[in-house]
Amino acid sequence: MVSDSGSVLRKTALNATHRALKAKMVDFGGWDMPVEYSGLVAEHMAVRTGVGLFDVSHMGDIQLRGPGSLAAVQKLLMNDASKLQVGQAHYSAMLTPEGTFVDDVVLHKLSDNDYLIVINAGTREKDEQWIRKTIGSMPSVHINNFSDMYTQLAIQGPKAIDVLRKLTDVDLDSIKNYWFQWGKVCGLYNVLVARTGYTGEDGFEIYIPSDEATSARVWNEILEAGAEFGIVPCGLGARNTLRLESAMALYGHEISDEINVFEAGLGRYCKLDKESDFVGKETLAAIQRDGGPHRKLVGLETIDRGIARDGYAVFDVEGKEQVGYVTSGSPSPFLKKNIALAYVPLHLAEIGTEVAVQVRSSMVKSKVVPLPFYKKPKKTT
Amino acid sequence: MAYPTEYRYTKEHEWISADGKIGITDYAQSTLGDIVFVELPTVGAELKAGESFGTVESVKAVSDLYSPVNGKVLEINEALNSAPETVNSDANATWIIKAEFDAAQLESLLSAADYEKFISEETGH
Repeated sequence: MVSDSGSVLRKTALNATHRALKAKMVDFGGWDMPVEYSGLVAEHMAVRTGVGLFDVSHMGDIQLRGPGSLAAVQKLLMNDASKLQVGQAHYSAMLTPEGTFVDDVVLHKLSDNDYLIVINAGTREKDEQWIRKTIGSMPSVHINNFSDMYTQLAIQGPKAIDVLRKLTDVDLDSIKNYWFQWGKVCGLYNVLVARTGYTGEDGFEIYIPSDEATSARVWNEILEAGAEFGIVPCGLGARNTLRLESAMALYGHEISDEINVFEAGLGRYCKLDKESDFVGKETLAAIQRDGGPHRKLVGLETIDRGIARDGYAVFDVEGKEQVGYVTSGSPSPFLKKNIALAYVPLHLAEIGTEVAVQVRSSMVKSKVVPLPFYKKPKKTT
Repeated sequence: MAYPTEYRYTKEHEWISADGKIGITDYAQSTLGDIVFVELPTVGAELKAGESFGTVESVKAVSDLYSPVNGKVLEINEALNSAPETVNSDANATWIIKAEFDAAQLESLLSAADYEKFISEETGH
């Protein structure tokens, strides 16, 4: 199988398993990945109301290890890793000197001298080169690329905890959001179990050895354990609509090396006041001094009939002048509305502002709505 | 998947019946996934073979609808405005438009067998 670029598609250890389940497979950033199994909407709804299982092994894992690892992480990433405790993770990003994105990441603090950076699949090679270039000369830090050593599975949804509880000795209730523990899962020792995910739901991501037999066994055991909760395998299609409803950024869409942190609305993860310098800090501090960004990522809901899609132009409400563009757009399976994320100038970013999205030959009236579009209900217990 | 032998087909995955009903094939609906919107033309609009007369959108993608024939839109299936998902549940029975056209054009279109051969080559199965 050959990708659009002509190179051989990469496969996760679960490729044969996906094919046996008759998943529709697509070229995803050079990876042969399932886009859907039973149907995108059904998978999406399962995660919102029950539980779904994702193969996210295409994500990359870079470990920084050694006495210099904290200093390296602090220089490389915009969030303040000195605030992390062992067993905790947070959202962060690698930036260019211009304050734009090389990639967004999740950083795990494994121990005082040991950090795990989870990076995007499509940017794995570029990211590793960037990491080596940025911190390669710093003392006492080793860079290890563990991307191919783990099968990463995401169990997501309000019932994810009930499924995983049947398969592990880890006290899942004691893991707070964006924390992790090590423990036994499906008979495997030292599995990293993190309460993280990319769906806007409660859920867990686990890291198991990447050999095919083990990966397939664990995948099937999770599906069996989840059968009573209605678990379904989910593809990248549902992953995309779930993350869009939750207004989580996607590299190449909401964020890229042409969009800075403040424009993307991710300033809260960027600690300009942390002690260490990091790549991009100077530019971002200057942008802040000069009054902040000139455009902003907003949520749109279409008022007229029509679906705003990635890349569509955003116009003023009269449809006269292009003012921005859509970065992600889709019908929302859960909210039953047509939603989109878009960049618009600040004066059109207020909630309630009306704009027009050019959907092929027509202008579709839309309005700016609060983000995220969907927020998981607070637990009452 | 089923492809009625009384229909004719295009490489763009539309079917057309002898009485001018036009829909998308079972293969097309299954490739698109959950269909959420069908953009219909207006009655009387001109149809040109190979040119777009509307679009069909699933959650994940938008796809043009191409006319199999030259002609005119005689009728549109307005039920699709409120229930576009019927295209998924029965693509063969769910017509999108009815066309007024010269029936001689049907002969140049694919038979069910030709169409099945075409998609098997396209998908490599």
